[in-house]
Amino acid sequence: MNRFDFIRPASVAEAVAAASEPGSAYLAAGTNLLDLMKIGVARPGRLVDITRLPGLDRIEWDGDGGVRIGALVRNSDLAHDERFARTFPAVAEALLSGASAQLRNAATVGGNLLQHTRCAYFQDTASACNRRVPGSGCDAMQGENRLHAVLGWSDQCIATHPSDFCVPLAALDAVAEVEGPSGRRDVAVDALHLLPGDTPQARNALAPGELVVAVRIPADAAAFAGHSRYLKLRERTSYAFAVVSAAVALEMQGGAIANARIALGAVAAKPWRARAAEASLEGLRPTAEAFAAAADIALADARPSGDNAFKIELARRLVARALSLASQGTPEDMPALPASPFSTIPGATNVA
Amino acid sequence: MSLSISITLNGRPHDIALDDPRVTLLDLLRERLDLTGTKKGCDHGQCGACTVLVDGRRINSCLSLAASLDGAEITTIEGLADGEALHPVQAAFIEHDALQCGYCTPGQIMSAVGLIAEGHAGDDPERVRELMSGNICRCGAYHGIVEAVLEAQKTIAQQDKRRAAA
Ligand SMILES: Cc1cc2nc3c(=O)[nH]c(=O)nc-3n(C[C@H](O)[C@H](O)[C@H](O)COP(=O)(O)OP(=O)(O)OC[C@H]3O[C@@H](n4cnc5c(N)ncnc54)[C@H](O)[C@@H]3O)c2cc1C
Ligand code: SF4
Ligand code: FES
Ligand code: FES
Repeated sequence: MNRFDFIRPASVAEAVAAASEPGSAYLAAGTNLLDLMKIGVARPGRLVDITRLPGLDRIEWDGDGGVRIGALVRNSDLAHDERFARTFPAVAEALLSGASAQLRNAATVGGNLLQHTRCAYFQDTASACNRRVPGSGCDAMQGENRLHAVLGWSDQCIATHPSDFCVPLAALDAVAEVEGPSGRRDVAVDALHLLPGDTPQARNALAPGELVVAVRIPADAAAFAGHSRYLKLRERTSYAFAVVSAAVALEMQGGAIANARIALGAVAAKPWRARAAEASLEGLRPTAEAFAAAADIALADARPSGDNAFKIELARRLVARALSLASQGTPEDMPALPASPFSTIPGATNVA
Repeated sequence: MSLSISITLNGRPHDIALDDPRVTLLDLLRERLDLTGTKKGCDHGQCGACTVLVDGRRINSCLSLAASLDGAEITTIEGLADGEALHPVQAAFIEHDALQCGYCTPGQIMSAVGLIAEGHAGDDPERVRELMSGNICRCGAYHGIVEAVLEAQKTIAQQDKRRAAA
């Protein structure tokens, strides 16, 4: 790990001023950043510790039922907040399907949003990687790329964004509140992460020094509370990143779908909102045919970036399955294996 | 550059001057405070061997920067037993053969203590397995671990009840 200056700012303004200096990085829980610093992928000259900033660790409800989540709220605290989990169940399920209990206890809302890709070549300083070293090439293209992107990738980078949390946030039109050297602004979660294009190193829409201070979910997203799911396929039952995932939310009226939201995870460098698929469901009865057709639309533009054509069919089936499960109603209790399409009768084992 | 932090470690206050900001909580415990019960498995958040409680919550000490922990209350495996009397989770691990080589065990035990305090597993072994998935056991002692966690949870609930009645 490189040496660095360690700054403990007392206010958001001080933090922003400190982090606006070139070579700075914000330190939240550090579960992603420290990991990358240990392997030499991140080499900040100064760390700005935001964990003690006052006022950023609260979950606040506004008058009409929208919520504002401080950037330092821990992933587990948000997932287990009773009102939050009841109002936005797919978000809670996504959070609980991520990482491990220890990591969720530490990881912050802001850090989860802004975590880096898990592409193995990005994490290996001996490999060529346009995202890490612009213009150096992309070793993933000819390498192990089963888990890489099938949507929105470019010939410069085929990495995915690994966050589970971001997927239902994008589906529900959540917004990140950002504070920076030139003031405060809102960035839709759907617009926070950038597709690689010719500049994969850009990663996200934040300017140097900009700090995410909160995430807001609008009140109208609560209308989906009764019919929401997050499903995540992994290569083992738990403690693994998604191969593909899907957040879906339906608003049912008189037996028909009044409104639908669909977003996919682990298929692109950002959470992938499937707006045309959503629109295709409006006014329809919740049938297997309607869900299969919507899933086809959601993946219509997908194409393999390597040995990963299987992810397209997997994603298609996962969207259809998630829609079908959501239409049956949000589970009364959080499933024992959150987001798992397998199992689970209480007490039964998932692995025979 | 010198940084100082004050922490409470296993109930005792410590003022620590860090000569280097790069020290993780895990390295602070093992290399500087001679508390080697907490283990280093992967050093990357992938195995759980380094699990400790910070302010009562289980976390991976390998991915936590010591300099960011000023004011924190930390409990390690060395701080669990009450003199010669083992903590109920420690006793249950022995009772249920929840270990073989023992390398993952301090992390498993600290994680179980955290899990029980969180109170989300009920008496469902599937939930225990899911909530203990952050602790990998190379020896595959998982069966005994799940039994031990469920039994320790019962013991602790009984102790709490007795204490409330007293
Ligand atoms: C073994 C392992 C398994 C995992 N599995 C999963 C999984 O299945 N699903 C999943 O979603 N995640 C998973 N994760 C990732 C985990 O969720 C992230 O590491 C965590 O959410 C990051 O949060 P943090 O507070 O530790 O961020 P940090 O590591 O402190 O920061 C991460 C990045 O965000 C920046 N940052 C942090 N906060 C802010 C802010 N407020 N404003 C601007 N920038 C900020 C930092 O500068 C840094 O670049 C896993 C991690 C590990 C180690
Ligand atoms: S896919 Fe992207 S992150 Fe991975 S090696 Fe290629 S350029 Fe780097
Ligand atoms: S040593 Fe910390 S998780 Fe493996
Ligand atoms: S007892 Fe050997 S690793 Fe778990």
